[in-house]
Amino acid sequence: MENNKETNRAPISQKPLVIEKGDKDAIGGLVEIEINGKPFKVPLGTTILDACRQQNIHIPTLCHHEDLCIAGVCRICVVEVEGMRVLPTSCSFPITNRLKIKTSSENVRKARRHILDLLLSEHYGECYSCHRNNNCELQKLAKEYGVDSYRFGHVTQRRHEIDRSSYSVIRDMDKCILCKRCVRTCIDLQEVGVLEATHRGDATTISTFMDKPLADVVCINCGQCINRCPTAALKANDPSDDIWRAIDDPKKHVVIQTAPSPRAAIGEEFGLPAGTSMTKQLNTALKMIGFDKVFDTNFTADLTIMEEGTELLLRLKKALVEKDDSVKLPQFTSCSPGWIKYIEHFYPDYLDYLSSCKSPQQMFGAVIKTYYAQLNNINPEDIVTVALMPCSAKKFECNRPEMNDSGYKDVDYGLTTREMAQMIKEAGLYLPGLPESEFDNPFDESSSGLIFGATGGVMESALRTAYELVTGRQVPFSNLEILPCRGFSGVRQASVKLENVKPEWSFLEGVDLNFMIAHGTANAKKVMEALKRGELSNIHFVEIMACPGGCIGGGGQPIPTSKEIRAKRAEAIYKEAAGLTIKKSFENPAIAKIYAEFLTDGPCGHLSHKLLHTHYAKRGKYIP
Amino acid sequence: MPIKNKSVIFDRENLNKENPKEFLYKALKMSPSDLILEVRESGLKGRGGAGFPTGTKWMLASAAVSDKKFVVCNADEGEPGTFKDRVLLDEFSDLVFYGMIMCGYAIRANKGFVYLRGEYRYLLDKLLKYLDKMHEENLLGKNILNSGFDFDIEIRLGSGAYVCGEESALIESLEGHRGESRNRPPFPVNTGYMGHPTVVNNVETFATVPIIISRGAEWFTTVGTLNSKGTKLISVSGDCKEPGVYEVPFGISINDILKLVKAENTKAVQVGGASGHCVPKEQFDRALSFEDLSTGGSIMIFNESRDMLHILKNFMEFFVEESCGQCTPCRIGNIKLLEGVEKVEAGDCALSYIKELIELGKSMQLASKCGLGQSSPNPFISIMTNFENEIFSQR
Ligand SMILES: Cc1cc2nc3c(=O)[nH]c(=O)nc-3n(C[C@H](O)[C@H](O)[C@H](O)COP(=O)(O)O)c2cc1C
Ligand code: SF4
Repeated sequence: MENNKETNRAPISQKPLVIEKGDKDAIGGLVEIEINGKPFKVPLGTTILDACRQQNIHIPTLCHHEDLCIAGVCRICVVEVEGMRVLPTSCSFPITNRLKIKTSSENVRKARRHILDLLLSEHYGECYSCHRNNNCELQKLAKEYGVDSYRFGHVTQRRHEIDRSSYSVIRDMDKCILCKRCVRTCIDLQEVGVLEATHRGDATTISTFMDKPLADVVCINCGQCINRCPTAALKANDPSDDIWRAIDDPKKHVVIQTAPSPRAAIGEEFGLPAGTSMTKQLNTALKMIGFDKVFDTNFTADLTIMEEGTELLLRLKKALVEKDDSVKLPQFTSCSPGWIKYIEHFYPDYLDYLSSCKSPQQMFGAVIKTYYAQLNNINPEDIVTVALMPCSAKKFECNRPEMNDSGYKDVDYGLTTREMAQMIKEAGLYLPGLPESEFDNPFDESSSGLIFGATGGVMESALRTAYELVTGRQVPFSNLEILPCRGFSGVRQASVKLENVKPEWSFLEGVDLNFMIAHGTANAKKVMEALKRGELSNIHFVEIMACPGGCIGGGGQPIPTSKEIRAKRAEAIYKEAAGLTIKKSFENPAIAKIYAEFLTDGPCGHLSHKLLHTHYAKRGKYIP
Repeated sequence: MPIKNKSVIFDRENLNKENPKEFLYKALKMSPSDLILEVRESGLKGRGGAGFPTGTKWMLASAAVSDKKFVVCNADEGEPGTFKDRVLLDEFSDLVFYGMIMCGYAIRANKGFVYLRGEYRYLLDKLLKYLDKMHEENLLGKNILNSGFDFDIEIRLGSGAYVCGEESALIESLEGHRGESRNRPPFPVNTGYMGHPTVVNNVETFATVPIIISRGAEWFTTVGTLNSKGTKLISVSGDCKEPGVYEVPFGISINDILKLVKAENTKAVQVGGASGHCVPKEQFDRALSFEDLSTGGSIMIFNESRDMLHILKNFMEFFVEESCGQCTPCRIGNIKLLEGVEKVEAGDCALSYIKELIELGKSMQLASKCGLGQSSPNPFISIMTNFENEIFSQR
């Protein structure tokens, strides 16, 4: 079940080229080519685009995205290859023999300009009234090619209604250039398959099943399509106007919680390189904007570990000691709302395998409108809870009808990293230049919750706590860094042996705690299919994140995204976590305090069941 | 509908004398490489329009390494004005199927598909019955004619899009996907149906091979021109007394064709269907051949009463609708060309804008992903260039 680039549907011709052994043109695996008159050697099978990029020769692209299979549809990357009648696309052309390539001949320049002019003629709207202004690949190309007029006209009328049905993703097909990155993201990268091209010729559009609104199809709200859209055809449902209104309302007590991943990425929105952590500057910015309190979602990440870890141990006890075969194992994590909607649609018969824990975002909402309100004597009705998340699915999650256990809407608004950056800019602040400040009490101490942001982080935190609860010792890894949990391979599996356990956990003596980690729903699908085939019977715990890379690659994070960018963000998180003094959730004093003062019947007790746990809906694939 | 003139190849009476089954015997007794060699020596080029040398295509597929290979007969016949494959499937299906078997034998494929145009569904029963009969006679299935070679043929109905006649879009469609053409390279001979080496040939190409095998490559090369050997079936329509399917030797001039079909007062001839070239009267001495006027079979005749702009508009409307919509130059480019025609029609278009659109057309020819977009500007460019006076003086 290794992660590979091969996907179910990608046309075979678009899969990476396999080079036959003994190809006569292959000399030591390198091919000599000539680009713009200069000789180079490249490994056999390299695409012309990659070869040019390696030589710092710029070739414009639109439909190409390094996370996705090749499409070759926008045609903007055409080059001239000696001996060929037509201009091939450099993104799709594997070099297998000695080519002579020209990247900016007359024909190439003319064709590219023509293609650009054609795209612009059909691209509705103006740049200054567009949320992707200054971060749009089409706009960038128009500048690069010095476009100063619409040579072939320009559409003045809308042809498509904006689909605002979804809590998470908004589609404006009038901005679509039909690069199909969203299609390839949804079908190939995520294997969800909500978006596909329909009709043909001038009527071609990207559509959903039966052209239904996005809210009525199996969209999991992961927003990965947004992250890969070159224009403004896709965006997240932005609640910032409502949030400003709440901030401006003196009666409202507006509280924001910030997840681990936005702080590791928001700097990118201000021109900083990926992987620059902005935690403390962000705290300052949020206070300056006018949030009454700035809390760290890590607190409820720790709370999640307590609840979810306890739940796992209880399941193990029921299964191993009481031999109760109604207990479902492995237990799957439930923090990723994209993953939750995915399993509800695609594996509705397996919902009992999910941990019943709410996500950290929702736990925080419930805690703020109960415990925090009581502590500070604030009427929960006057509290507005905002969640700064790397995620578009969180917007749907906070609007789930069952997320009202505090008696109010637990989380009022889910806000993405991108939208937060916009608010900060609107407030006239330059984030990187702000002084540092801390999170607010009483949820200011955090521990391993920080690493929730990267794939494997939940597992790592859970293991640290569970291992120590059971054995009374720390996990046997240097600096508590459980390296098998880290990295980016699609599906990972490892185990930790439980030995010399405390007497109350004697049934776990000698047990290998087997766990799995997967990120991206295409990989989740692999795990679920294995579960269906009965191959996971020895696994105890599975972490699944809907987005490639985990939350740091979430659908609300800065655009663009790439493997390298995601790795840098993860690095920033792990670095910051390494500096924390408390590394285990149960050692977080705020956690001890909440169980002592409020959730007095302990993890998975009565009150936590009411406030911190939830249930799921069997949605299925057909939505009437 | 029979072939109208006296045929060299597709003449049932002659063929029956030779007994076509013998062709298959003969082919299966040859070695695969000799068979390919014979096809190569004949100089046969694809009859579907692109004119790629058939022997070379087979050789490439035969050299490709794979546990499975496939043969596909392109019977999508979607080019406006073409109907010659229908005649072949109706009256010479034995030759078509034998050609496919020979190809399979040559490249070591055991499975063939006929991708039959949806509108030809009415032929399906007859073709299936014929395949059954071939099975009974051990001309198909396991160990054909005791040669040790297995081959089977399956007929699939097309999905009604013009682009599905393009070989890689056809393969996508066969695989159950949306009919959209693929990037090339890789070519179908290496990475075709389900990723396996695949030969896609036109109906007429396959039907010609058995004759070449039977009468020999040398015989075949005696007909035609230097680079276009043999005869070609053409589908003639439009302003003439005797439209229909004709078998003509390559090298025949437009003038001779017009005489053959009894056309009078001809103003222009569209050679090669909607995506072909429009030939004005002054050029009627040009010859039908891969060197000069290449065609998949469509010949449309327009007399003096026809409005060239109107004809062009029809063609462009066809492309705007039939573009698969995948790539920018074709999807939007054709819209712009059609808009240009409409502007001229409305009398509000400067000649300079048409010149600009012709430049756009040239970029479309170079940068489109498949043959559709690469050839759709042809009628625009040839009609706007050759009939500039007529079009602009009238308005
Ligand atoms: C838009 C388009 C439509 C085509 N339609 C057909 C068709 O209907 N029948 C056909 O034989 N070839 C058609 N072709 C040509 C095929 O792509 C391919 O070249 C041909 O089937 C190869 O066979 P041949 O070498 O025997 O000609 C079409 C090409 C294009 C670009
Ligand atoms: S040229 Fe036209 S038909 Fe061919 S891939 Fe492009 S859009 Fe589709």
